[in-house]
Amino acid sequence: ATPEIPKEDGRPKWDNKFQYLLSCIGFAVGLGNVWRFPYLCQIHGGGAFLIPYCIALLFEGIPLLHLELALGQFLRKGSIGAWNTISPYLGGVGVGSWMVSVLVSLYYNTVLTWVMWYFINSFQEPLPWSVCPLNENRTGFNEECYESTAVNYFWYRKTLNITPDIAESGTLQWWLILCLATCWAIVYLCTIRGIETTGKAIYVTAIFPYLVLTIFLIQGLTLPGATEGLIYLFTPNLNTLKNPRVWLDAATQIFFSLSLAFGGLIALASYNPTKNDCEKDAVTVAIVNSMTSLYASIPVFSVLGFKATTAYWDCLDRNIINIINEFDLPEESIMRQNYTSWISFLNSSYPEKIAGLKLKSCDLQEFLDQSVSGTGLAFIIFTQAIILMPGSQAWAILFFIMLFSLGLSSMFGNIEGVFTPLLELQVIPKSAPKELLSGIICLISFLIALCFTLGSGSYWIEIFDRYAGSVPLLVIAFFEVIGVVYIYKIKRFSKDVEWMTGRKLNLFWQITWRFISPLLLLIVFMAFATLQMQKPPSYTAWNPKYEGFPMKEEKVYPPWVQAICVLLAALPCVCIPLVALFHLVKQKRSSKDPSFVAPEVFSCQGANS
Amino acid sequence: MLRALLLILSVVAIAHAELCRPDAQNAFKVRISIKTALGDNAYAWDANEEYLFKAMVAFAMRRYSSKSTTQISNVLLCNVTDRVSFWFVVTDSSKNVTTVPGSEVEAAIRMNRNRINNAFLLSDKTLQFLKITSTLSPPVEPSTPVWLIVFGVVLCLIVAGIIFLIVSGIQKRKKKNKESTERENLEEKVEVTLENGIPCEALDLKAGHINGVFAADDERFTSL
Repeated sequence: ATPEIPKEDGRPKWDNKFQYLLSCIGFAVGLGNVWRFPYLCQIHGGGAFLIPYCIALLFEGIPLLHLELALGQFLRKGSIGAWNTISPYLGGVGVGSWMVSVLVSLYYNTVLTWVMWYFINSFQEPLPWSVCPLNENRTGFNEECYESTAVNYFWYRKTLNITPDIAESGTLQWWLILCLATCWAIVYLCTIRGIETTGKAIYVTAIFPYLVLTIFLIQGLTLPGATEGLIYLFTPNLNTLKNPRVWLDAATQIFFSLSLAFGGLIALASYNPTKNDCEKDAVTVAIVNSMTSLYASIPVFSVLGFKATTAYWDCLDRNIINIINEFDLPEESIMRQNYTSWISFLNSSYPEKIAGLKLKSCDLQEFLDQSVSGTGLAFIIFTQAIILMPGSQAWAILFFIMLFSLGLSSMFGNIEGVFTPLLELQVIPKSAPKELLSGIICLISFLIALCFTLGSGSYWIEIFDRYAGSVPLLVIAFFEVIGVVYIYKIKRFSKDVEWMTGRKLNLFWQITWRFISPLLLLIVFMAFATLQMQKPPSYTAWNPKYEGFPMKEEKVYPPWVQAICVLLAALPCVCIPLVALFHLVKQKRSSKDPSFVAPEVFSCQGANS
Repeated sequence: MLRALLLILSVVAIAHAELCRPDAQNAFKVRISIKTALGDNAYAWDANEEYLFKAMVAFAMRRYSSKSTTQISNVLLCNVTDRVSFWFVVTDSSKNVTTVPGSEVEAAIRMNRNRINNAFLLSDKTLQFLKITSTLSPPVEPSTPVWLIVFGVVLCLIVAGIIFLIVSGIQKRKKKNKESTERENLEEKVEVTLENGIPCEALDLKAGHINGVFAADDERFTSL
């Protein structure tokens, strides 16, 4: 039966289809596309990783994406309202995804704060992370900086001012507070009137990263050593596919990369006209997201190859200088090309002298193997590579603006996921302007996020990322699929989708929604949870007093932190049974009381006073 | 006569050899990397360059102790290698066959390091005096950190944007309210003029007053 949906319900709408698609793409394409996907590609056998990745995309990513977009577009409500409409017992799914959106918005903007800090520091000559500061009596360099590297020092000391342990909170870092306030101000500026303003902002924040990636691509390919990096990245090693960990990583990467189960996609789609082809949209967004990941990995790995090659040459040069100084050979007698022949000659003639020099073994493969993902890639590895490029300030500025726009467009989706349900729940009176609600959301988030600017803030962000932004999403997505397919009933839903798109639902969607996607999600969730619980949760701390410094110290979380981890992971999930239970109790109580007639009865008969 | 001269010369030579040798007391090793510093414009290290070096060291000693007694011949070089590294020592001109204390030489070189480097178109890293560490130059710190300035610019732009959007939102709302009240007034006027088909202005003009009889009549009827 075709539902009665009023055409003019005063709901804001997108200016055009392109704005909507850009918003979805911007939400999906985030920092993870740049600093997680290339890393996974590298450690899981290069080109071979694309096989599990594409399979996961086909059977998990696209179906779930289509489901969410269709749901939002049809019900024209945010996550909480939509799930309440599907079934009051499933309202908890909406509440859960709203909660996850709140938690992720809090820490995600702090990552953008770090990006902003690096951005405003990129206007100096020389770049502040390229030189070590001097110590107090100016006889040498600062000790912590000298033992690690200038880049590490700037990240851990000058930016985070990190404490050696998560239990030590340290103090609030005033420079980070300033940057955090600026970031939330930017988010407020862009989301001040909901999609009216984000729709304009998204044109810049979604398209700009592609421009910068292209510039970096061209620059990266001209750097020496770029080809080594790319060959290393893409050489397929099919043996890795035997490791189930690879398949798990592919499935989780697709899932988190498409930003599913946040409620943001439902919110974005709810502003669409109902007669819109959501199937094509879903496929478009998913494919653009994956293409972007691939496209981003090329400049990333060109730059990493360049960095590894430069480090290798530095290693060789240092050895050559040592040998030349020791044996008083003329300059440029030993070059990088004949280094190995010279070494073997000298080793045979003067083995003790060579041993006494304590030369480091230089292996290009070893340098290429040093792979990092996440913040380490952007703030340590990439910044180090940027120092080596000519015109480093410009590259640094471009790079950090790109990261900022990538993160900001994802923040828009997160904030919509928080904003739209609150607007529908009418938390503030209807007469109050929308600007007030978005202002309140941004202000409260800013105040809560202040605790991430403490000395131990980055440890907490790692916790939030690992526990709040991972397991609950899998649970929510599972209940999403089950809820639509088995409670709302797939027949009803496919009729709705048919009404929206104008053509019959493909068999592919039926099969994936009914069986494959829920099964995959269940397997992924169990494997993920098992892996997390296998060893006691630990973290690596930056401790200058550690013997192995500059290696990071491996520490176990104290019990109270572990309790918080469990709380973060469990709270959104527990909403689902709680809300269902609440409605069950309400239903039981109303069925027990015969005088209480459900209000639906009156509305069916119409007013008749 | 000739024999005496030969004897003196040989003594001097031996004495010099004694004074300047690797790891001798008050001797310093110097390492020069011309090709690293100058690349294609590198000059070759020959006897003339050695002469210049001796001259620079003598100059440094003169400037430091401010007595013009040190001669170029007081600076002895030995063990020149292909690396271009050698040892040098400064003899005391007043007392023969003794060397100037290492601390004095070190201080003199430190004081004039810049002049010596420039004479050879080299730097602290490419003209190394192995036992003499160079003082590190302090980094240039501007009075206000640059990042604060950039931050100020960014923040001002954002605050301006927010204020503009809020103000435009308030203005739009005021205009909408004014428009809706205008529309209401217009509708009322239209209604008023069309009520009962009789233009009210016409009624008003007649300056009608309430007829008491009919008013009383109304009260007689019971309410439905």
